[in-house]
Amino acid sequence: MELTLWTYEGPPHVGAMRIASSMEGVHYVLHAPQGDTYADLLFTMIERRNRRPPVTYTTFQARDLGGDTAELVKRTIKAAVDRFQPEALLVGESCTAELIQDQPGSLAHGMDLGGVPVVSLELPAYSKKENWGAAESFYQLVRGLLKDQLPPPGFAKPSPQRWRQEGRRPRVNLLGPSLLGFRCRDDVLEISKLLASHGIDVSVVAPLGARPADLMRLPDADANVCLYAEVAGTVCSWLERSFGMATVKTVPIGIGATRDFLTEISELLGVEIAATSEAESRLPWYSRSVDSTYLTGKRVFIFADATHALAAARIASQELGFEVVGLGTYSREQAREVRAAAKQLGLEALISDDYLAVEKAMAEAAPELVLGTQMERHSAKRLGVPCAVISSPLHVQDVPARYSPQMGWEGANVIFDSWVHPLMMGLEEHLIGMFRHDFEFVDGHRSHLGDGAPAAVPVADAGPGAAAAQVGTLPSGPGATATLVAEPLAESLLAEQLATTAAESIQADGPAVAGASVWTPDGEAELHKIPFFVRGKVRRNTEAFAAERGLARIDAETLYDAKAHFSR
Amino acid sequence: MVAPPTSADLALPEVLKQSGQREVFCGLTSIVWLHRRMPDAFFLVVGSRTCAHLIQSAAGVMIFAEPRFGTAILGERDLAGLADANEELDRLVRELLERRPEIRTLFLVGSCPSEVIKLDLQRAAERLSAQLAGRVRVLNYSGSGIETTFTQGEDHALMAMLPLMPSSDEDQLLIVGTLADAVEDRFRLLFERMGVPRVRSLPPRRSTELPPVGAGTRLLLAQPFLSGTARALVHRGARLIESPYPFGVEGSRLWMEAAAAAFGLAPAAVAAVLDPLEIRGRRALEPHRRELEGRRLFLLPDSQMEIPLARFLARECGMELVEVGTPYLDRQLMAAEMALLPGGTRLSEGQDVEKQLERVRAERPDLVVCGLGLANPLEAEGIATKWLIELVFSPIHGCDQAGELAELFARPLHRRQRLSFV
Ligand code: SF4
Repeated sequence: MELTLWTYEGPPHVGAMRIASSMEGVHYVLHAPQGDTYADLLFTMIERRNRRPPVTYTTFQARDLGGDTAELVKRTIKAAVDRFQPEALLVGESCTAELIQDQPGSLAHGMDLGGVPVVSLELPAYSKKENWGAAESFYQLVRGLLKDQLPPPGFAKPSPQRWRQEGRRPRVNLLGPSLLGFRCRDDVLEISKLLASHGIDVSVVAPLGARPADLMRLPDADANVCLYAEVAGTVCSWLERSFGMATVKTVPIGIGATRDFLTEISELLGVEIAATSEAESRLPWYSRSVDSTYLTGKRVFIFADATHALAAARIASQELGFEVVGLGTYSREQAREVRAAAKQLGLEALISDDYLAVEKAMAEAAPELVLGTQMERHSAKRLGVPCAVISSPLHVQDVPARYSPQMGWEGANVIFDSWVHPLMMGLEEHLIGMFRHDFEFVDGHRSHLGDGAPAAVPVADAGPGAAAAQVGTLPSGPGATATLVAEPLAESLLAEQLATTAAESIQADGPAVAGASVWTPDGEAELHKIPFFVRGKVRRNTEAFAAERGLARIDAETLYDAKAHFSR
Repeated sequence: MVAPPTSADLALPEVLKQSGQREVFCGLTSIVWLHRRMPDAFFLVVGSRTCAHLIQSAAGVMIFAEPRFGTAILGERDLAGLADANEELDRLVRELLERRPEIRTLFLVGSCPSEVIKLDLQRAAERLSAQLAGRVRVLNYSGSGIETTFTQGEDHALMAMLPLMPSSDEDQLLIVGTLADAVEDRFRLLFERMGVPRVRSLPPRRSTELPPVGAGTRLLLAQPFLSGTARALVHRGARLIESPYPFGVEGSRLWMEAAAAAFGLAPAAVAAVLDPLEIRGRRALEPHRRELEGRRLFLLPDSQMEIPLARFLARECGMELVEVGTPYLDRQLMAAEMALLPGGTRLSEGQDVEKQLERVRAERPDLVVCGLGLANPLEAEGIATKWLIELVFSPIHGCDQAGELAELFARPLHRRQRLSFV
């Protein structure tokens, strides 16, 4: 038994729903109680889908349990097939139905459904989660549909370069894009364009937009591109084992990775690929331009699904010149890769699905930018740190109207904008640093960019735990937009050293503790040079330091003494 | 004034019973508003990842860093009996309460999985209550989807609190059902002005300050989905005030008048308080009425508030009712409402969502009230929708809120008129 407050992933049958809903002509009969129909809203609200997910629920009730729930399953399957006439039928169960063991898959196989291919999904709800469920469902569906095409054992592997003999252009499948995945819709377009520009066709995109008949054409391609290992990893390795199809594993997110992707695919397919110039994307030049100097060494905390966490780590450290101060994922299935990437950066990866552990690690790392999921966006907001969302789980905001891929050259442009804008523009930061002591400058007024509102903490009267509980997404007041107040480097270091030492939970700048040491005006002035998002912690650390030494007054010198003390 | 129901209106409406796929949340969803009502209570669902995901999705946004609800997710070890589920639960509760010392009442909330494996949460609650005696009270109820729909979760939560309510025959008006705090304050004030001796609420704002119940209690339901609680309170001696529910000017007035009558208050004094409210409420309603009048309305079953809302929208806003769906029909608690529905209104109980959507498409209503899963797909078919879940969070009760309540329904129609892409 495990306590969960907010979760990164839903149950595995939601992963199966993502596969069914991404495709055309597939229907999913789910043996589940009525409450489980909530999952429809993930698609109709978050993805703004204009049709219901192709899912029929049995919605069995307690009174059915005494009777024949198997009969209900059969009735539901029959009605769904009659009504929707699917080209392939998925049959499965959610957590509750798993316990009553009606085995809807076997029931469906025993029925005359007019020849509709039936794929039974067994997704252990008490040990697995959403992404695993998506990968497993995709795999079972592909395997079920391709079972008649399986080559005999000991078959000769088809050459990925056979397109030459066959006198056609090379072609690949793009596997893994799905609904509720991050920016999949646009990534598919971007990668298709990229491949087309190098003379490579896309044969099948799946599951997004594919029909069962398309899945039956998968072996026609020269290779599979595994765009999202969370969803397509299992299918790709099965196609490799069973059909001898090679897999392109580099995920083309970022400049270097896009180049590596093109190299990998060209070598595999034997395609001449014209040398790519830096000018394909604006990211390299934008990153070199003087305005970006201020990005140097910005401390970045990354937590996402494995695909996006790995990509972000590479882009942040190599292409934007950030310093990665934390890297982690909730994708346990891909933990190994993330651990290795973290090690290269001199870090230990955080593999966890406990958002509070992630928030704690985030606070301890004292980042200046967070790249994460919606969960980290909330944590970052509480800490007053700007954040860009780079991965599922999604919020409706993460399905933008405009074209905004993550992959390929345009993806790199989008990434530059969406990661850098939450930070302050370089010159602006510099100017605020210069003018911050002018009377016109109002502390707390920050730039127009980003959305991390460092909320003042309304301390509830109910006790210590309540304070943390009540920190909410408070409405941003005037000027409560965005990001860090600029700071001269020395002060920033002071702030960080003081802030990183304590592991207590962060609150926004709170009032001084009554009865403790008194701040002198110059001490206060020095304190106010520290960026607000760590100011509260610096204040407390310094006060603790002063209290320990019995100091009645805290001046600027005390602050620096505390710095020296905590930086040991 | 609204005309009193005529004999034609009193003809019993036909009720279409449906069974098939239901597209309704389970009772766990009630936690979303119950935890806000009682800031010193924690709701611990004992269930699966699905249950955790449901509450998270229904809550919409991750508003709180550490919300006062969570899920004890059963794992394979618990199911296989490798771990003693009771010991695990005790451990988890201990850890939770250490982290949240401000919690005074802990609700163990049963789910489908915990019901199916017959995890005895009542015994667990008794055991934990004894262990935590004096510090935290541990109660239990089921919010499972196999036994409860959506708002029924509140009914079950309140029933769980009932045994802790002290007995007293003191005269009091007991308002039952979660109201927005501001609305509750307003009703109290109005009842005091009318001369009601004592007004109390269930659920209370602090979970430990439970109102008493007994022969002097007149029970007034603020929400239409509290069948079990109402019966249990009657069993403890309370007298149920039968009345329409306080939606709209008419419903709210009848509701307050019924309460006043139960205390034998002078009608003149009551009218003196209510008349100005009614005039003001109708004025606020007027612009929205113009927008809604004559429009055809179809309500899919969702929150159990459909019948009272349909009554308000038909009688006070002039809407035409195509079909009024409800997850289940409690004829006694709905009697006063049904009497006010226009004669021949088609009521449906339960759901077969595909068939019901076929009726929606055939009827082409101007507005469909439905759940979140259906709203965008219907909009995409060109049918305006209003989703209901926000109504259980919003201050919509009372004469003063009638305008806002009507506006919620007028807005989707109004918005369509504004939008143009030519
Ligand atoms: S219907 Fe049952 S299993 Fe599903 S979320 Fe509700 S309580 Fe949990």
